[in-house]
Amino acid sequence: MTSTTLSAPASASTPERTSPNRGPAAARARRKRILHWIAVHSVAIAVALLFLLPFVFVFLTSVMSDSQAMSGDLWPDSWHWSNYKAVFETPGFLDWWRNSLMYAGLGTLFTVCSAIPVAYALAKFRFRGRRTAMLLVISTMMLPPQVIVIPMYLVWAQQFHLSGTLWPLIIPMAFGDAYSIFLLRQFLLTIPKEYIESAKVDGCGEFRTMVKIVVPMAKPGIAAIALFQFFYCWNDYFGPQIYAAQNPGAWTLSYGLESFKSAHAVNWNMTMAATLLVMAPVIVVFFFAQKAFVEGVTLTGVKG
Amino acid sequence: MALSLSNPARRRLRTLGFLSPWLVGFSVFFAYPLIATVYFSFMHYNQIKEPTFVGLRNWTYVFEQMPLFGPALRNTLWLVVIMVAVRVVFGLSLGLLITKIKTGAGFFRTAFYIPYLAPPVAATVAFVFLLNPGSGPVNEILGSIGISGPNWFNDPDTAKPSLVLLSLWGIGDLMVIFMAALLDVPKEQYEAAELDGAGPWAKFRYVTWPSITPIVMFAVVTGVVQTMQYYTQALVAGKVASGVNIGPGSVIQPGYPDHSTLTVPQLVYQMGFQNFNTGAACVLSLVLFAIAMAVTMLLMRKRSGLLAAED
Repeated sequence: MTSTTLSAPASASTPERTSPNRGPAAARARRKRILHWIAVHSVAIAVALLFLLPFVFVFLTSVMSDSQAMSGDLWPDSWHWSNYKAVFETPGFLDWWRNSLMYAGLGTLFTVCSAIPVAYALAKFRFRGRRTAMLLVISTMMLPPQVIVIPMYLVWAQQFHLSGTLWPLIIPMAFGDAYSIFLLRQFLLTIPKEYIESAKVDGCGEFRTMVKIVVPMAKPGIAAIALFQFFYCWNDYFGPQIYAAQNPGAWTLSYGLESFKSAHAVNWNMTMAATLLVMAPVIVVFFFAQKAFVEGVTLTGVKG
Repeated sequence: MALSLSNPARRRLRTLGFLSPWLVGFSVFFAYPLIATVYFSFMHYNQIKEPTFVGLRNWTYVFEQMPLFGPALRNTLWLVVIMVAVRVVFGLSLGLLITKIKTGAGFFRTAFYIPYLAPPVAATVAFVFLLNPGSGPVNEILGSIGISGPNWFNDPDTAKPSLVLLSLWGIGDLMVIFMAALLDVPKEQYEAAELDGAGPWAKFRYVTWPSITPIVMFAVVTGVVQTMQYYTQALVAGKVASGVNIGPGSVIQPGYPDHSTLTVPQLVYQMGFQNFNTGAACVLSLVLFAIAMAVTMLLMRKRSGLLAAED
């Protein structure tokens, strides 16, 4: 375990090596290790509390009565579970769920289907301009969406009359998302080329090799890009604000939530209940797919 | 064998086939709008009448006359410098902490990671509530131990620091990246340093740091690019904290309080979609583009891990 070496007390190391388990030096070293353990875990518990307390307060407020939620009390006098029912009965709330699911579901499906062949070609084919293509993918990944939003909006609104819908956000995802392509390509680089070559020796064409060999082996990478894209769409605010703002029927949860606060200007309890309901799916999915998540995050930063 | 050695023309066609989704996407949803943004930056266009050529008028307007450009650019740069620096330092500290935890490592990792997953709008609304000066739990607790808390999102001096606080709550991604990098440091090097009598600081300085600098560099550059586009949290925090009853779609003055949370991307939205001053909005877009491009170039030059496994 790397963590052991990271935390071993340096000054005590030499005597410890010559006489393990004996003498005052060893006792001092052990005492130091225990103190170190206590210090590290106390800091960790304190930080963990700070990280989790917002969720606790949001939850406690979400079950308070209207008046108590404004009072600054920390603990609810009585538990108003009906707040959650009231949130669901707010006009539009269920539509926002449906729209979020459509945007995130179709967006993810389109992204995965289009990213796989592109990432495969970028990772495993040798062709002229491969490096340039990769540089362009990274450049698009790095660009703020605001840079191109105005002409894009004009095209969707004026040529295709699709403003007031989520289609201008969903359709482009069928044509490759730079971030997903980059991430999946990084993953595909780790697949040994022997597998691909032997498939070809067996007479597999490039497309069949991809479907039969590469896709099954790349499942963790594909799961990672699917999750990231799902959450990107689920969390997106800017996109729906540009294209769906005029039509409340097309709002997503992330976009609608903020209007929810405006409509219930003083009802922090309802707002917090709605806030938790927007967070809930993300957190539930995370617990089912932790490994894919962590793998994906590390992939972006570490594996070159 | 014959199949794997197909002729060059067929190979090229096949490569194009595999790349085609991206080739279409890149041209239609990236190259075209980028060129169009440059075109519109020289046009007067209100999205109703035909665009007319006005030369550099939009550019001089933005740089010399536009009252909110200065504050928005300053706020954006403030966030880029402070938020990125604080996030990297805190993310690295948390990464170091998590690699030293032996008992309950899984629990702590999850606890530190999970706020990162909270949708930005939800996290922002929750934070504005938590830090609400009048009745928010945070000031309530501070009050109970005799500290009178600041006005957080409602004071121009503390609004941006409050946004930094919110961003630290969602530090999980950086923590995981740093954790993986720290676990990759060869442990023989630590043992060798220990034999030389290195203390904890010397070990960090001479063993840990050199091996994680590419990742720190990566975190800084991606952090800068992300903060350049900082939009949702700043806008939502301003709107919710102002307490004004404003639904989406209505005209808003972003940056509450006193334009302290106004960023360049918000100004792009305001110009392009509320004032219908397409030309000025495109100039602002290109300012963002120039800065993001410069940072990306830097990233390519340093090759901080991004293209390392190219060949």
